[in-house]
Amino acid sequence: MGLKPLLEMRFPVQGNDFIQAGEASSRIKRTLQQIGMESSLVRRAAIASYEAEMNIVIHAYHGELVLTIWPNLIEIVAADVGPGISDVALAMQEGYSTAPESVRQMGFGAGMGLPNMQKCADELLVETKVGEGTRVVIKINL
Amino acid sequence: MTLAELVRRLDLTILTSLPEGDVEVTRGYVSDLLSDVLGKASEGAIWVTLQSHPNVIAVASLLNLSAVIIVGGIIPDDATLERAREASVPVLSTQLPAFEIVGRLYQLGIRGNVDSCVDG
Ligand SMILES: Nc1ncnc2c1ncn2[C@@H]1O[C@H](COP(=O)(O)OP(=O)(O)OP(=O)(O)O)[C@@H](O)[C@H]1O
Ligand SMILES: [Mg+2]
Repeated sequence: MGLKPLLEMRFPVQGNDFIQAGEASSRIKRTLQQIGMESSLVRRAAIASYEAEMNIVIHAYHGELVLTIWPNLIEIVAADVGPGISDVALAMQEGYSTAPESVRQMGFGAGMGLPNMQKCADELLVETKVGEGTRVVIKINL
Repeated sequence: MTLAELVRRLDLTILTSLPEGDVEVTRGYVSDLLSDVLGKASEGAIWVTLQSHPNVIAVASLLNLSAVIIVGGIIPDDATLERAREASVPVLSTQLPAFEIVGRLYQLGIRGNVDSCVDG
C-alpha cells in the first residue's frame, strides 16, 4: 500500500459466545464515530463488521477483527481459526447457510451476511483454507 | 410521528425508557432474520420482531434504529433489557402479532423502504 496507517485497532472475537457477540463491531463503530468519519461510511463499516464478527461467532472457533484506517480507506480484516469455507462462491450466494438450527432460531442463518458485506464494501476479499480458517478483508474507500 | 406518540396510540408497553426529547419515526421494518434487518432497515427505523435476545439490541444499536417492538406479548430476558439500557435502545412490547402491529404502524404513516445498506 506504500502509505502508513493512521490507526490500527484489534478486537478479539470468541466463537459461540453470543453474550459478547457484537462487542467488537460496536467498538469499531464507536471508534469511527469518534474520529469524525462520515455517517454513511460508519454505517457501512458497522454493518460489514457485525456480519464478519457474527460469522466468527457462529462458524469459527475464535478470531479477531482488525480495524485499520489508511489515508484513503477503511480496512476491516476478520481473521479466524475455524473450519474454513470449502466453496466460497456458494457461500457468497444469498440464502446459502450452514448455520445450525439453534442459531437459526435466533434469527441468524439467513445466508445474507456475506452478501451484506459485499454490498457495504467497495472491495471484499475472502481467503480461506479448509481445516484452518478464514480471513475476510473489507475495504471501504474514503 | 414521534416515538412517544406511537407508544401512546398503539398502547405499547415500554420495557426500557424512551429517550428524552422527541424522536421522529418515519420508517419501519419487520423481520426476524438479523442479517435481513442489517441489509434493509433504514437509519432510525422502528423494528418489529419476535426475536428477544441480546443480539437484537446489538443490531438495533448498530443501525441507530429508533426502537424495537417485540410482538406477541413476548417479554425479553434481563440480559436483553440490560443490554438495551446500556445501548439506550428503547424496547417496546405489544400483545399483538406482527401483522397487526405493522398494519397499525402503517395506518399511522410509518412506511417501509427499499434501501440497501449502502444507501442508508
Ligand atoms: N468465518 C467463517 N468460517 C467458516 N464458514 C463460514 C465463515 N463465514 C461464512 N461461512 C460459511 O458461509 C456461509 C454463508 O455465510 P453468510 O454470512 O452469508 O450466512 P450465514 O452466516 O449462514 O447467515 P446470516 O449471516 O444471514 O446470519 C455460512 O453459512 C458458512 O457455511
Ligand atoms: Mg453470517
